[in-house]
Amino acid sequence: MIAIIDYGMGNLRSVEKALQHLGYECKITRDPLEVARADKVILPGVGAFGAAMANLQAAGLIEVTKDAVASGKPFLGICLGLQLLFTESEEMGRHEGLGIFAGKVVRFPEAMPLDVQGLPLRVPHIGWNSLNLKRPAPVLRDVPDGARVYFVHSYFPVPEDPDIIAATSEHGVEFTCVVWKDNVCATQFHPEKSGAVGLQMLKNFAEQ
Amino acid sequence: MLARRIIPALDIHEGRVVKCVRFLNPRDAGDPVDLARLYDQEGADEIIFLDITASYEKRDIMLDVARRVAEQVFIPFTVGGGIRSVEHIRDILKTGADKIFITTAAVQIPHLITEGAERFGSQCIVVGIDAKRRTTPEISHEDKKAWGAWLQEDDPRGWEVYIHGGRTPTGLDAIEFAAQAAARGAGEILLTSMDGDGTQAGYDIALTRRIAEAVNVPVIASGGAGTIDHLYDALTTGKAEAALIASIIHYGTYTIGEIKAALQQRGVVVRVP
Repeated sequence: MIAIIDYGMGNLRSVEKALQHLGYECKITRDPLEVARADKVILPGVGAFGAAMANLQAAGLIEVTKDAVASGKPFLGICLGLQLLFTESEEMGRHEGLGIFAGKVVRFPEAMPLDVQGLPLRVPHIGWNSLNLKRPAPVLRDVPDGARVYFVHSYFPVPEDPDIIAATSEHGVEFTCVVWKDNVCATQFHPEKSGAVGLQMLKNFAEQ
Repeated sequence: MLARRIIPALDIHEGRVVKCVRFLNPRDAGDPVDLARLYDQEGADEIIFLDITASYEKRDIMLDVARRVAEQVFIPFTVGGGIRSVEHIRDILKTGADKIFITTAAVQIPHLITEGAERFGSQCIVVGIDAKRRTTPEISHEDKKAWGAWLQEDDPRGWEVYIHGGRTPTGLDAIEFAAQAAARGAGEILLTSMDGDGTQAGYDIALTRRIAEAVNVPVIASGGAGTIDHLYDALTTGKAEAALIASIIHYGTYTIGEIKAALQQRGVVVRVP
């Protein structure tokens, strides 16, 4: 069973529906016991970093999430769920994260370069952008270099350890969009909204 | 680099896809989920559903459609039509929809844009603008070449915002209104040219470009697509980030795959799944 951690940040139905469509059993839950018992854990999320940490704390899910990571079971962070794994974020002040990966979550620069139409690149970065694969994370199996995935975000992680970077993308700057170490993988984009390529990644995760 | 997006639009009446001829006589054209899946497979980057159900009591049918779409379509989708409250926005997003769009409400209750953006994030609040040139040309829209050329030209008299599905003029200037909507928190502008709509003579390129330059959010060009050249113009000269298409795929003139292949060949960055 795959546990999808519900801590009141954004819509989790899409992740659930995608896994069900692929034929995997999953459950949206905020019950620490259920998360602890699951074979695999997904930390999704859309919204502000500070509010997300506060919600995790209030729901008593911080230790459970850290335990899931430490247990060695496959763990997938999506979007805000990736950012929360880092030491801290600069979104609306400074907020401490789960500290599973060393590094900061930062915003795209204020002054963005111009695109081919002569307009400044937009922030939030929303839409289909291409992956530059760096390392063969299990989640990226059978995903071709250059594949396009769906992003919705204004912040991205800057890992201290470059060895955890599994893929990057480019929007004015090159930024990390997949991190991977041991049992933990996380994507800045939304595999559940990335069509066939995204479903392939969720399948890879579920089959680990 | 971000890809320019190609977005099919489906009109929904009481839970079924309909084709209308100039807003009249909705004719059944199938199940929205089936069509959405087909367009997803063909390479659509997103899908937009416009609920044209007139009866307030039957509005929940659209929520059910959105729920079923979320079970089978794994690309972003947007729902609009008749939305007038934060609660309604919440109900739609809870189905698994990624964005909502408001058109009439954006004019009549503009704080809904801000409230929606504050509560759910501006990325899921799209403002629809139906705009019409204040100038009436000497030519007929049946002369597609002349009409299309007219829609390329800038218009010093400007464009007016219409509401209620294009029936009611508001007196508002479309470019000013777009800038205000973006400042209030709209994450995207869905811009429909009423002069282009239904003519297949091309998008209103001048209008699209003016608005894209006036706001700092993406503009989806809509209304008038009849050929791949029209999409090319909207995504280059028109400076749109996305192009909405309806008739040209619903009637099978092109597939989305054909459209994307042709655009890519001409140097437009698109996603080819």
